[in-house]
Amino acid sequence: METTADTHNTSAQAARSQETYDYKVVRQFSIMTIVWGIVGMLVGVLIAAQLVWPALNTNLEWFTFGRLRPLHTNAVIFAFGGSALFATSYYIVQRTCQTRLFGGPLVGFTFWGWQLIIVLAAVTLPLGMTMGKEYAELEWPIAILIALVWVAYAIVFFGTILKRKVSHIYVANWFFGAFIITIAVLHIVNNISMPVTLFKSYSAYPGTMDAMIQWWYGHNAVGFFLTAAFLGMMYYFVPKQAGRPIYSYRLSVVHFWALVSLYMWAGPHHLHYTALPDWVQSLGMVFSLILLAPSWGGMINGIMTLSGAWHKLRTDPILRFLIVSLSFYGLATFEGPMMSIKTVNALSHYTDWTIGHVHGGALGWVAMISIGSLYALIPALWGKEKMYSIKAIEWHFWLSTIGTVMYIVSMWIAGVMQGLMWRAVNADGTLTYNFVETLVQMYPYYFLRFLGGAVFFLGMFIMVWNVWKTIAGEKPVVHTVPQTAH
Amino acid sequence: MSFGALHGLLTVLLMILFGGIVWWAFSRKNKKRFDEAANLPFADDENHPPARKRSHEGD
Repeated sequence: METTADTHNTSAQAARSQETYDYKVVRQFSIMTIVWGIVGMLVGVLIAAQLVWPALNTNLEWFTFGRLRPLHTNAVIFAFGGSALFATSYYIVQRTCQTRLFGGPLVGFTFWGWQLIIVLAAVTLPLGMTMGKEYAELEWPIAILIALVWVAYAIVFFGTILKRKVSHIYVANWFFGAFIITIAVLHIVNNISMPVTLFKSYSAYPGTMDAMIQWWYGHNAVGFFLTAAFLGMMYYFVPKQAGRPIYSYRLSVVHFWALVSLYMWAGPHHLHYTALPDWVQSLGMVFSLILLAPSWGGMINGIMTLSGAWHKLRTDPILRFLIVSLSFYGLATFEGPMMSIKTVNALSHYTDWTIGHVHGGALGWVAMISIGSLYALIPALWGKEKMYSIKAIEWHFWLSTIGTVMYIVSMWIAGVMQGLMWRAVNADGTLTYNFVETLVQMYPYYFLRFLGGAVFFLGMFIMVWNVWKTIAGEKPVVHTVPQTAH
Repeated sequence: MSFGALHGLLTVLLMILFGGIVWWAFSRKNKKRFDEAANLPFADDENHPPARKRSHEGD
């Protein structure tokens, strides 16, 4: 289907054999983003329901919260988020480097390899095969496959940058590049383990060191996978959709270097008040606090791109998706540093506040910037001017926003209540509440969380319908690479 | 040199490096190149007049 002749351009450019952009892989990943979004969020809504109605855990072990929760996190982060990142990074790197993707068969390998990994995850996690490391649960054979696909991704991406036809490397590609390199390092180091059988391995690191490496991995997965890479998306689609260049390109350069230098050190805040040496905890806290600066620098840079064109927010729900996602990003990156302060963490740690914080970032920032970007990208890939229904995007926007707010507000209340009840002591030093007493208090908030998630999930079906109406029966578009080198 | 002093020195060097990056990003002589870079998302648009209607014209 890539060879579909671009009949309109052929008259003008008949004699030249034209290089075209590789949109096939972008289309594949775009569609799979929506598919995995539905799957991952469905599991999310399901496990939220299990917390309200424990009977839903059934008597089948494969169907219990403990087995399904890693399935949910892996599906939304790596399947939904990952596919969105592959799609947008492959599109952006080609368009801003004005050259076709490098790597030939490696490009297809990254798509099919990534899908295979997702399917393997969906099979092994409910079966209980796990390394037991959060966000790095997949057992060693799958971890090796991830490393292979990731190396192929790096070759394709950086190969494309190397053969670019423009002199500059656009800032979005810097963010994607940092994401690809860092995730390779994090994934490989954190997964070094000793296999005992085909489906079971043990980490090569002992005790506290293992915990530190896990959260060095974990927090940088947040910093580079869920932040830097989606900022790459932001730096392309916000200017594109607003029809004007980024507010300050120079700020984006400083933003990039500050963000990538600081994130590396923030991991210890996941291990406050543990066996981790105290100074390492303090170090993690301080770096987390400093992180507020580049995070907000980036947010302001994105939002201020609309400076002088705010009216576009009224009429363009895609732009609203992008800008509101930046607001949620600002909210989460303010909340995060606050929660990393040890005294605040003493209240918030192990409570549902953390879950609320994560979903402010995951639903509000990661999902909403991806959805907005896809609404801009999909028509372009199928040669349409815009999505079939702008009204439907509007509906999706409101469902996403309201769903996210319901989710995080319920978890804030639940989390703070848990934290306060857990640490309440009587005059004689005994605990005022036992665990079950605190759990009973959670029912209304767990229900509200379930509802918020379900509302967000509902929006995804509007997206499916809208995308279907936009692309069904349409021929994929072929775009030629500009001939003139700059 | 003690380990602590080495770390201190490294911290100072990294801060200088970061200051250098800020200076480089905001120096006047680099303004033009960054303005060019900022326009890259739009640079290849003219080669692709919005693809509207193409699919309806029976290709």
